[in-house]
Amino acid sequence: MQNISIKINGKSVSGSVEGRTLLVEFLRNDLNLTGTHVGCDTSQCGACTIHVNGVAVKSCTMFAAEADGFSVDTIEGQENADGSLNKIQQAFQDHHGLQCGFCTPGMVMSAADLLKNNSTPTEAEIRTHLDGNICRCTGYHNIVKAIMAASGQDVSAIAAE
Amino acid sequence: MYNFEFVKPSNVADALAALASEEAQALGGGQTLIPTMKQRLASPEKLVSLLGISEMQGVDVSGNIVTIGGATTHANVAAADAFSGLTGLASGIGDPAVRNRGTIGGSLANNDPAACYPAAALATGATIVTNSREILADDYFQGMFTTALKEVEIITAVRIPVPLASNYQKFEQPASRFALVGVFVAKYVDGVRVAITGASENGVFRWSEAEAALSVNFSYDAISSLSVDASDMISDLHGTKEYRANLVRVLTGRAVLSAS
Repeated sequence: MQNISIKINGKSVSGSVEGRTLLVEFLRNDLNLTGTHVGCDTSQCGACTIHVNGVAVKSCTMFAAEADGFSVDTIEGQENADGSLNKIQQAFQDHHGLQCGFCTPGMVMSAADLLKNNSTPTEAEIRTHLDGNICRCTGYHNIVKAIMAASGQDVSAIAAE
Repeated sequence: MYNFEFVKPSNVADALAALASEEAQALGGGQTLIPTMKQRLASPEKLVSLLGISEMQGVDVSGNIVTIGGATTHANVAAADAFSGLTGLASGIGDPAVRNRGTIGGSLANNDPAACYPAAALATGATIVTNSREILADDYFQGMFTTALKEVEIITAVRIPVPLASNYQKFEQPASRFALVGVFVAKYVDGVRVAITGASENGVFRWSEAEAALSVNFSYDAISSLSVDASDMISDLHGTKEYRANLVRVLTGRAVLSAS
């Protein structure tokens, strides 16, 4: 076991982990931050996407010990300061960007990663950026629409599908 | 996954010392190694992360040489001010989250027969720089998952001569996002080099007939009637040998037409 210290959603957190402890296991099992989901555990589905030092990472494919001293952001830290949904989360609700909701934390974190570097992405850019996030229910249309809306773009012309 | 000791040295000397113990293995971004360990196909007793070594990070472009630190992520190569064939290849590996972790050194050390970077390294005649020596790409790749690297040896950097024009075309296997076939074409003053990944049972290889034809006439017409021998191609549920052999020609043509 080794001791690690990570800044998670702005708060310093310490813990003791095995070498093999995955970052997502540390978040979910040790810290009870269960908003980050494990869909496939094989780096395919992206439900476990979080931000590590400001960039999107699949937390099922990174060891917790590797994040020692790093800054980590999860879905639990995405809300506005007053506790309301942030603009991406609100857009997912407004545009029905989810059905079962299992992939949603990863979708929101990937969308945030995209919008940080590209404030008004095209539909094609959004779809390309979501390459590593798999949703089995929605068919992606409303997810793409929600992300476009979150970026302040007019989505009234995009038909509901 | 079996447990192991995790260490993260901050310099190459400490990493080599840690790797000297038996059953120790180097860890880059882990985007292949961690899934492999989950399946218990690898079970090192010690993992030596190379991501804490600052001298192995970053992309430097000076004159006609791009030097990439071995622990540089695909995302950082994609965003670098380097030639478009290279940045285009890096920006198409895996998906965005994978590119934020996976490293060029990890990709080249693993030498997956369907990985993208081996094609770039071989087509550009790159130099693989390790802690102890420099290895030309032509000597480095020795077949599927096999390289010239010794037991305790770390890729500290990769030096790539900037081509006059280049392009990488990948026919993506949509589930894994690896190359079903990938072709890197690089044009230099003294000739054209063409490297193929994803296709051969022997890993990445140079298509010498296409190189000869393109060195005389750098156009789609020069290679449109060529064909590669399908007998050494990979055959699996995603594509037959003949299918891959045909993709080699088609993608080489597209790379020539797109080269800049």
